Amino acid sequence: MARRVSTQSRIAWTIAAWAVALLIFFPILYTVLTSFKTEAEAIAGISLIPSGTFENYVEVQSQRDYFKPFMNSVVISVGSTLLALLVAIPAAWSMAFSPTRRTKDILMWMLSTKMMPAVAVLVPIYLIFRDGGLLDTRIGLTVMLTLINLPIVVWMLYTYFREIPGEILEAARMDGASLVSEILYVLTPMAVPGIASTMLLNIILAWNESFWTIRLTTTNAAPLTAFIASFSSPQGLFWAKLSAASTLAIAPILIMGWFSQRQLVRGLTFGAVK
Amino acid sequence: MGNIVLKNVSKSFGATTIIPDIDLDIADGEFVVFVGPSGCGKSTLLRLIAGLEDTSAGTISIDGRDVTAEAPARRGLAMVFQSYALYPHMSVYNNIAFPLKMAGESREAIDRKVKDAARVLNLGAYLERRPGQLSGGQRQRVAIGRAIVRQPKAFLFDEPLSNLDAALRGTMRLEISELHHQLKTTMVYVTHDQVEAMTMADKIVVLNAGNIEQVGSPLDLYRKPRNLFVAGFIGSPRMNFIEGAPAARHGAPTVGIRPEHILVSRTQGEWQGRVGVTEHLGADTFLHVHVDGVGTINVRAGGDVEFGHGDTIHLTPDPAKLHRFDGEGNAL
Amino acid sequence: MATRQTRTLARFMMAPSVLLLLVWMIVPLAMTLWFSFQNYNLLNPANVSFAGLFNYKYFYTDPAFFQSIANTLILVGGVLVITVVGGILLALLLDQPIFGQGIVRILVISPFFVMPPVAALVWKNMIMHPGYGVLADIARFFGATPVDWFAQHPLLSIVIIVAWQWLPFATLILLTALQSLDGEQKEAAEMDGAGFLDRFRYLTLPHLARAITVVILIQTIFLLGVYAEILVTTNGGPGYASTNLAFLIYRTALLGYDVGGASAGGVIAVILANVVAIFLMRAVGRNLDR
Repeated sequence: MARRVSTQSRIAWTIAAWAVALLIFFPILYTVLTSFKTEAEAIAGISLIPSGTFENYVEVQSQRDYFKPFMNSVVISVGSTLLALLVAIPAAWSMAFSPTRRTKDILMWMLSTKMMPAVAVLVPIYLIFRDGGLLDTRIGLTVMLTLINLPIVVWMLYTYFREIPGEILEAARMDGASLVSEILYVLTPMAVPGIASTMLLNIILAWNESFWTIRLTTTNAAPLTAFIASFSSPQGLFWAKLSAASTLAIAPILIMGWFSQRQLVRGLTFGAVK
Repeated sequence: MGNIVLKNVSKSFGATTIIPDIDLDIADGEFVVFVGPSGCGKSTLLRLIAGLEDTSAGTISIDGRDVTAEAPARRGLAMVFQSYALYPHMSVYNNIAFPLKMAGESREAIDRKVKDAARVLNLGAYLERRPGQLSGGQRQRVAIGRAIVRQPKAFLFDEPLSNLDAALRGTMRLEISELHHQLKTTMVYVTHDQVEAMTMADKIVVLNAGNIEQVGSPLDLYRKPRNLFVAGFIGSPRMNFIEGAPAARHGAPTVGIRPEHILVSRTQGEWQGRVGVTEHLGADTFLHVHVDGVGTINVRAGGDVEFGHGDTIHLTPDPAKLHRFDGEGNAL
Repeated sequence: MATRQTRTLARFMMAPSVLLLLVWMIVPLAMTLWFSFQNYNLLNPANVSFAGLFNYKYFYTDPAFFQSIANTLILVGGVLVITVVGGILLALLLDQPIFGQGIVRILVISPFFVMPPVAALVWKNMIMHPGYGVLADIARFFGATPVDWFAQHPLLSIVIIVAWQWLPFATLILLTALQSLDGEQKEAAEMDGAGFLDRFRYLTLPHLARAITVVILIQTIFLLGVYAEILVTTNGGPGYASTNLAFLIYRTALLGYDVGGASAGGVIAVILANVVAIFLMRAVGRNLDR
């Protein structure tokens, strides 16, 4: 099966691919580099060699209290993911293992709720949040992101669960396993990888959600998306600091993303592309 | 022990009836094979016995106890699935031990029984492996091991050999038959392969469209098929069917003759034809003969007959082995 | 699997998800629909009255409305074209035998994980800034006048930023699909005398059809609601040049405090999204059945 490839053409392809890849990656790379420059260096033309100062990181924390929005992001994205899993796991489970004629329709309907534009319900949600005292609270935002991502979580889990052969569950039943031991010893170990991937992907989606997180918070519950967006109002030149804040905001998710890129394709295409 | 009785059992999925109405007795210790083409309801029938599907009507009893409403685990049966359905995250040892753990047996008893089963099934060297690291035949044996440690009242097999290659299928067939002789436990075995049915069964149940066509020992079915369906399904190569004038001469609308019951001659016989494809298997030769007014007849001749493509040949059916069928397809 | 017990249990297990989503879909939508027929301004909340179709008329006659719809379609369409075509080309490139493929993949996928405000600010300040941006530096190096991207080409700038975010996603999915193409099929086509372009047209492209559908569906869901990128770069301007429907509604609601008007816009956005959705769901539903 291995095709003969001349070293020459291989090198040519390698150069082309790396050039394109670096071009695409450049804005991120440049941000990271700029975060280690002084503000004066940052605006002094293209330079790929920073002076290596950590001052920006120190200042982002000391002046803007970076840690607070960071914790908000963690709590909200992890919290909403766990909440969504809690609701979605039984649903996806039953759809995968006891499908009815309507299962497909229900799944499609769930996906269609994702089609509803967020702005269309901005006003009522804003009013409900205002009247319920939920504006700028972690709880409110967590519930919001749970609802937003629930359809995707159900879908992802469904596609993972569907691949667990039903015969194995029947075998467990024949082997005398009660419902509890069936779930404990057979289902859970087989479902854990799928649940873990779903969790990872959903944390990424929740971390980066940038409509509700910006609109429903001001200061107390503002996660990193809102924190970074607040840099858009001009306050003089602060690019090195902006770069430092950006680097901190994207680094954890970038690393998680690199680890989950295989599952990302499966998960986000609902198993349609593997 | 393990006799299974089905009374007026039927099964429908919504408006689709899979099994209209079946009565069946399976005696203790018997090896019963359900055989039929795909979609005939044989697997559904097995799953009804297992309790993996609810019956729409009728009763199923095991050992004289009505189990129709009982959960699969309570029926005291063990099942071997087509896909083997091994637990992929458990070692071979734990796969086999699982039903014993579920039954709450002591650690020592489990260990002894698993090791016993592993010895019987030649799995001793693989106990610490995961199912994914085993070959098809080994997985099959693990599935059987998981079934036998429970000492069930009966074994249920759902097309267990269909995922194996031909050579392995032959070996496993022997192993399962051997197992049956050792354990003397009731076995209910589903297959679409009539060779498996013929070689393994004490009793064959031929199913077609959810109905039982005939029940009997392999040789009963071979010698006295009750109708055209059974006659055509049992026996390999397939029985030749002849209709019209040549059949009328034997006093029936349709007559059937098995390839091995036809006499071959270069000079004289009842039918004259031309030889088409010949298949030399060494011990046997299969001739496909085109006979005018009769059709293509398959003949099983000895290994040393030497007919070539296009030769003229004379065929005579053995009158004692001729099967006669009426207009409805029932044996006369 | 299909005993009566398990089926009843299944319904109970499904109920929370279905009910939550049902409430989440119906309550706000009903409220939006209700508000859209009311005169309701947050600055004057005591004075709410029935407005009939006034809000719709108001929204409909606003020149910004049609511009925002056009902008929405250009934004979605532009990004889809760039990412699908670019994604196919990139996937073909990455599918070649190259050294360090794993690292190249990681570099290419990275922009997808960058949160929208960061992506927009980085492009705005460090790449496209007319004074200090990298593009301006390059232009000056060649003796050209730097382009003031967000003043001169506001919508195009946003299309570029959003396309940069989604190109990795399209590439990754198309690459995965490409790698599942049966090697023997390619070899059979080569034996049949098919050249590179023939193979691409008759073998690769049909094989990718499903993946392309999925890419279009998922991106459309997200692209219809592009918001943060506009907020932190152009803020919809100059004028309404880079305002999409989502941003217009936000402006009306939370900057203009006009609940009625924004709700009417919201209803229109739902209708627009549904028109798009119906076509997409059909295509995808069919594709997913296979």
